[in-house]
Amino acid sequence: MIAEAGLAALYLAAALALMQLAVSLVPALAPQAAQVARPLALAQGLLTAAAFACLIVLFVRTDLSVALVAANSHSAKPLLYRFAGTWGNHEGSMLLWVTVLALSGALLAVASRGIPERMLGATLGAQAALALGFYAFLLLASNPFARLDPAPVEGQGLNPLLQDPGLAFHPPTLYLGYVGLSVAFSLAVGALITRDVGPVLARAMRPWVLGSWVFLTVGIAAGSYWAYYELGWGGWWFWDPVENASLMPWLAATALLHSVSVLAARGGLRTWTMMLAVVAFSMSMVGTFLVRSGILTSVHAFAVDPTRGGFILALLLIYVGGALALFAWRAPAVGEGARFALVSREGALVLNNLLLSVILAVVFLGTLYPLMVEAATGEKLSVGPPYFDAVVGPLALLLMLLLVVGPLLRWRRHEAPLTKWVAPSLLAGVATLAATIILAPDISLLSRLGLVLGVALVPASLMPLAGRSLRRTPLATWGMAIAHLGVAVSVIGMASDSAFSRERLAAARPGEQLAVGPWLVAFNSVTPVAGPNWTAIEAELAVTQGGSERVLKPQARTFTSPVTETSEVAIATAWNGQLYTVLGRQSGQRWQLRLWWKPFVTLIWLGAGLIALGGLVSLIGRGWTNRRTRRRLAEAEL
Amino acid sequence: MKRALLLVPLAILALFVAAALWRLSSPPDPTIRSRLAGQPLPAFSLPAAVPGRPALDSAAFADGQPRLLNLFASWCVPCIAEAPMLLELERRGVTIEAIAVRDRPEDVARFLQRHGDPFRRIGLDTASKVQLSLGSAGVPESFVIDGRGIIRYQHVGVITAKDLPVLMAELEKAR
Repeated sequence: MIAEAGLAALYLAAALALMQLAVSLVPALAPQAAQVARPLALAQGLLTAAAFACLIVLFVRTDLSVALVAANSHSAKPLLYRFAGTWGNHEGSMLLWVTVLALSGALLAVASRGIPERMLGATLGAQAALALGFYAFLLLASNPFARLDPAPVEGQGLNPLLQDPGLAFHPPTLYLGYVGLSVAFSLAVGALITRDVGPVLARAMRPWVLGSWVFLTVGIAAGSYWAYYELGWGGWWFWDPVENASLMPWLAATALLHSVSVLAARGGLRTWTMMLAVVAFSMSMVGTFLVRSGILTSVHAFAVDPTRGGFILALLLIYVGGALALFAWRAPAVGEGARFALVSREGALVLNNLLLSVILAVVFLGTLYPLMVEAATGEKLSVGPPYFDAVVGPLALLLMLLLVVGPLLRWRRHEAPLTKWVAPSLLAGVATLAATIILAPDISLLSRLGLVLGVALVPASLMPLAGRSLRRTPLATWGMAIAHLGVAVSVIGMASDSAFSRERLAAARPGEQLAVGPWLVAFNSVTPVAGPNWTAIEAELAVTQGGSERVLKPQARTFTSPVTETSEVAIATAWNGQLYTVLGRQSGQRWQLRLWWKPFVTLIWLGAGLIALGGLVSLIGRGWTNRRTRRRLAEAEL
Repeated sequence: MKRALLLVPLAILALFVAAALWRLSSPPDPTIRSRLAGQPLPAFSLPAAVPGRPALDSAAFADGQPRLLNLFASWCVPCIAEAPMLLELERRGVTIEAIAVRDRPEDVARFLQRHGDPFRRIGLDTASKVQLSLGSAGVPESFVIDGRGIIRYQHVGVITAKDLPVLMAELEKAR
């Protein structure tokens, strides 16, 4: 019954979305469209959430009469993974996607004071059109509630690589980011239809962009850390198509976040902001398409299905193509907005946008280039980390340079000299440069510049807080400072990891001692161990740095259902970095041991956490000021 | 000029869609071919998977008869889907040997009772050792072995009705 109830809720939600779209399309209704669309959007959101809740119940109970559960779950699985198994598969993750989409629409309908009614009507219409496509996709091509007759005695389990607490919550986080951008997209479409692009729109759009961006940042950082400790290759970013699929919307959202500020504060960059709002969500859809269609080969295993890929591609063509056509048609009417001098806050933000856009273009091109070449010439090739590092690295460093001065510039025109403000950064940068040349003469130029700019950005990111009363500084400024500091911390971590990592690959016998970096590793023993749905060989390593000893237990694990072998990495975290250990295959009496010493690698994710925190603080601050402004406006009207 | 610039995103989208369509219509060949095709079956000797039935030994393959070697497991749901096809192959006179991967005798017996038993001999590969030496990564998987014990053809995944003619042809070729 639960499966049927879920399916019914989904059909009903689709019907409501159709009505919501129809309302905004009837010209006679257009002025009142928002009033009708509001309750529809709310009901649609609740119904979709109910359908998703049904699927969760089916997974938690391991109801094997449902095909999706049988194919992806197993009664021996721990509760957390039965729960997370709900979205650890194609159908479930698409249902999650449409749930977030519908709930975002509902939230927009309920909490959207300040948006002109006509624009809100058009926006809710656009949001309904988006949802409708995904309902159709679920109901016609990937029904998550299909029954299986006869029911099998046991399910097939979840991909063991995905059985990890961090990863259980990685997809929902990313989806909140991906789909939150749909609201920015719909708002842009609504504004283009009603020809009403201005600060009001920007203020309505900003919390959605900020929120999505925070989720994307957290999702990407979590994914990166997961790949780092789960895949056992010691790296934290591989420029894999699936990774790029999440990075591209983040880059677009980062650019949008900054341009929407210019639109909100100064009324400038109108066309450009509309363009970015469309591109940001388009990148979410491109990402979904790349991941779900499997058209690009990736180290991350996902179900490949050309039919479903075709469906998502059709949706992508309709929505993105439609929005871009609307943009090309209406953009000349939108106008440029307020003008500004080249050296100004706006000027720096434009440059920031240009650099982010170029990076986005580079990643997009690099991800799809192999496909384009093969389509054109039939020749197979791959584009890997060397290309991306070489092109993105310098662009990212330019962006960092801009971060040192940009936040200090004034709106419209900046004339006062910045010497006093930039001096600490200059000093820090030069000192770092001198130190790295003396202490580490052999590191690569890119790592060296990364260290220099990262350290220089630490004082620079705090400068906007200097010389003002900290208690009266707006939260948005705090948020900016924290996020920029996070960039500095992350970049220092990345540069340090690439410059100072030490690797040791050994074939060792129990009883041997190995040294890597400042660590001494004693290989004590190898023992077999068993878990709820796996068996493993486990090594015991006693590791010491300085005085205190710790025991690490890396495993080579084998899952029974489906049969998969994984490496369970063991990591010792110290204040100055991580020791990363992997147990490999047995050869005779010896075992392969892979040891890495990674100085300050933890800063990468610590920085990402700060970036997200900065976004969150800013979001809270904006919400607060918005409410205050509204109250003041209301009082003034009285 | 400005108008033309506004159409650039649409052009990029068109390019992307064209490339994606091309890939969707001509998907790359995802099957992993065993490097062992054309090579003799690796030597192995497995105990019987079901008590009282014959065990499986690689030497048994060089008796001049082409046959199918099927890797399955009682815990493998796709293997259930494959079972009727194997029965059909047996009905057409194909000799089928099997390896039960990471299984327990009582589970294998129950599986055969429930889904049919087209196998002549079944070896028990408790630790996946033989499976790995065959270059196989998952179950179900099947190999066509000729009369001299040489691997001729590998089928990865479930055997479906449309795979039957291919397998029959390969078995005929291996004769």
